[in-house]
Amino acid sequence: MSRIRRLNEIPRKELFTSGHSLCAGCGIPPMVKMALKAIEGDKVVVNATCCLEVATTLYPHTSWLVPWVHNAFENAAATASGIESAMKVLLRKRDGKKYKIIVFGGDGGTFDIGLQSLSGALERGHNFLYVCYDNEAYMNTGIQRSGGTPLGAATTTSPAGRVIPGKPENKKNLMDIVIAHRVSYAATINPAYPTDMWNKFAKASDLLDKNEGPIFFHYYSPCPVGWRMDTALSIEAARLAVQTRLWPVYEVDHGKIIINIKVNKPKPIEEYLKIQGRFRHLLKPENRGVVERLKKYIDNNWNRLLKLAELDSIY
Amino acid sequence: MNTTNKQVRLGLNGDEAVAYAAYHADVDVISAYPITPQTIIVERLSEFVYNGELDAEFIAVESEHSALSAAVGASLAGARTFTATASQGLALMYEILYIASSLRTSIVMALGNRAFSAPINIHCSHDDAYAARDAGWIQFFAENVQEAYDLTLIAFKVSEDKKVLFPSIVNLDGFILTHSVEPLNIFEDKQVIKEFLPDREAVNKIDPSSPITYGPLALPDYYMEIKKQQAEAFKSTSIRIKEIFGEYEEFSGRSYSPLKKLYVDDADIVFVVLGSTAGTMRTMVKRWRENGEKVGVLSLTLYRPFPSREVAEVLKDVDTVVVMDRSYSFGSPGGQLYMDVAAALNKYGKYNRLVNAIYGLGGRDFTPEMAEDMLNASKDPSIREIWVGVRG
Amino acid sequence: MSSWPNKWEELPIGGVVDKPGNSLEVKTGSWRALKPVIDLDKCIKCLLCWVYCPDNAIIRRDDDYVEVDYEYCKGCGICAHECPTKAIDMVEEGGE
Repeated sequence: MSRIRRLNEIPRKELFTSGHSLCAGCGIPPMVKMALKAIEGDKVVVNATCCLEVATTLYPHTSWLVPWVHNAFENAAATASGIESAMKVLLRKRDGKKYKIIVFGGDGGTFDIGLQSLSGALERGHNFLYVCYDNEAYMNTGIQRSGGTPLGAATTTSPAGRVIPGKPENKKNLMDIVIAHRVSYAATINPAYPTDMWNKFAKASDLLDKNEGPIFFHYYSPCPVGWRMDTALSIEAARLAVQTRLWPVYEVDHGKIIINIKVNKPKPIEEYLKIQGRFRHLLKPENRGVVERLKKYIDNNWNRLLKLAELDSIY
Repeated sequence: MNTTNKQVRLGLNGDEAVAYAAYHADVDVISAYPITPQTIIVERLSEFVYNGELDAEFIAVESEHSALSAAVGASLAGARTFTATASQGLALMYEILYIASSLRTSIVMALGNRAFSAPINIHCSHDDAYAARDAGWIQFFAENVQEAYDLTLIAFKVSEDKKVLFPSIVNLDGFILTHSVEPLNIFEDKQVIKEFLPDREAVNKIDPSSPITYGPLALPDYYMEIKKQQAEAFKSTSIRIKEIFGEYEEFSGRSYSPLKKLYVDDADIVFVVLGSTAGTMRTMVKRWRENGEKVGVLSLTLYRPFPSREVAEVLKDVDTVVVMDRSYSFGSPGGQLYMDVAAALNKYGKYNRLVNAIYGLGGRDFTPEMAEDMLNASKDPSIREIWVGVRG
Repeated sequence: MSSWPNKWEELPIGGVVDKPGNSLEVKTGSWRALKPVIDLDKCIKCLLCWVYCPDNAIIRRDDDYVEVDYEYCKGCGICAHECPTKAIDMVEEGGE
């Protein structure tokens, strides 16, 4: 699929339909519908148990116009491994058809319970694209903290308590874990930068054609309900996450790190925190220390990425 | 058709026999994780694949959970799919067992029966087979290495049959069968088998030209209808299983049926048993008959769907039914097979005296002396549960 | 839903849904409290609203101007917030 510069180059035909029950303002669909368009040719979706799964396949309805497989929570990568292996062998032995495999999983299903099956599949080298849409908590079960929940965020299992003000730990660096498997291509994507996102999917499509999978994308997926935020602000939050350097938009192309969105003058993190109820307690004077820790985390992460981007390859 | 000339006689252990059967079935995808006592199966299959003798994808997964998860994907995608496990591995697969059945996959699994931890033990109990009993998998029990080979071939034919479409487990007792070399007949090569087991023609397989949504969310308004359909479909598989047993007999010359009985018709005491111990019991019963004891043995080749009507029919006039369980169901009215037999008899209006014999746990040898003790205990009207050969 | 069988004997086997995209039968427009109203005089055809709409409720016309599909619009307001020319207003449902 060719790269685009303008959004009017995106085809009209949708492979993901209306009538699903994802919440108003959900950040997942903009990514899903783009993925299904930018990944060229026949494709099959594998979905971990998650918001996307339950809200798009409420029996007897489905929002999918492509074959779609849900097995369980922690095994989407393993399920995709089986489908890919079957496709390969049936192409050799019988009347098999070729198609591309896209896996969608949330942060719970990827950072936490599905990490082992993801690691196994990445190590074995199956040709698929795995997209983790990260809304930074177990939203499907009612906003519990996950390994993807950021420092200080209030969830129902890391509440803004009188003694402990939200999640005490930093977010797990999932991209680092994935890169440790030396995948051909890994990237972070963000809905506030749709052409960047499209072009990365287009690149993934080409790489899948060349059997260069597995490919991994980490998507910033705004969740107005879980983040206690105005539904209209989903994309605004995504943009601020990038502009504060909290969410670097970068890719790792055969080991070469490229920062796709340069953020020369970062906005203060408080601008990001203040629009979300999950962070509001952090703006109280007594929680200043948490915000300072968060700033340090952001700076360290960004500076480390800049240094790594100077290398010809980190592999 | 007489195809006995297309078979060769050789000595294999149970694991190797199963591996040969999967190889001869020209399986497409193998997804498995090593665990004693089934490991030889996946080692042999790896050799077939790595030496180019079998054109299959071997997915060397990182856990049994992923083994079955990948198998579900492969089976939905239309591949003839095989996995093997035991004990803890089956326990780790547990979540996916139900999904594999409910999505109507055609996976065949060899289960090298092994005791559950703790204490950890690598030897035979039927804990794993019993754990899977409610999950909607067809289950066969092999009594010897020949049966392990034959039932694996039969399982593929059954599971892929358009009137069946449920996954199958072939049980073989850990070490007793998995690691014991016995003489058996196997077919000469893959081509011979194609007559009995042609390439899989998958129903509803993943196909971009007809997009299907597999595994949606179904709530109280539809879940129960979906389960009722699955229940009725599973019950009805026994018809095809019996027909396929017949087809295999015609093809191989070896006869199979859901039940095997010896001296049951005029017996006062009948022992009901699964797996390799059926052979031991047959030997014992013959010996006891010579001493004038009116005893018999009933063993089950087909464990799920449970042949309730046939079991009740066979046992209807027997005074004492001794059900032998190589497992224990804590807090239940009896062992798992005991409860099945009791319910089957009750369902058809029979109220025999039932005794439950717990034997062979964790690979404890089941000796002729123990069998004698069991026979004697079963004659004592005050005894309803016997732990055979336990010290204390 | 109207075309879906009700009895267990009639359901597709394996619990699958074999009518791709039939969630179009579920009209999610009833969720809405505020509705977007587009002033096409201000629309510059950037298509951001079309790309972002979680419910495919922005219809992209042949001429690349956009319309709202009120059958599915849940009224989240992303389109109005992201519109670079402020061509979309969120108004009370029932008002104009």
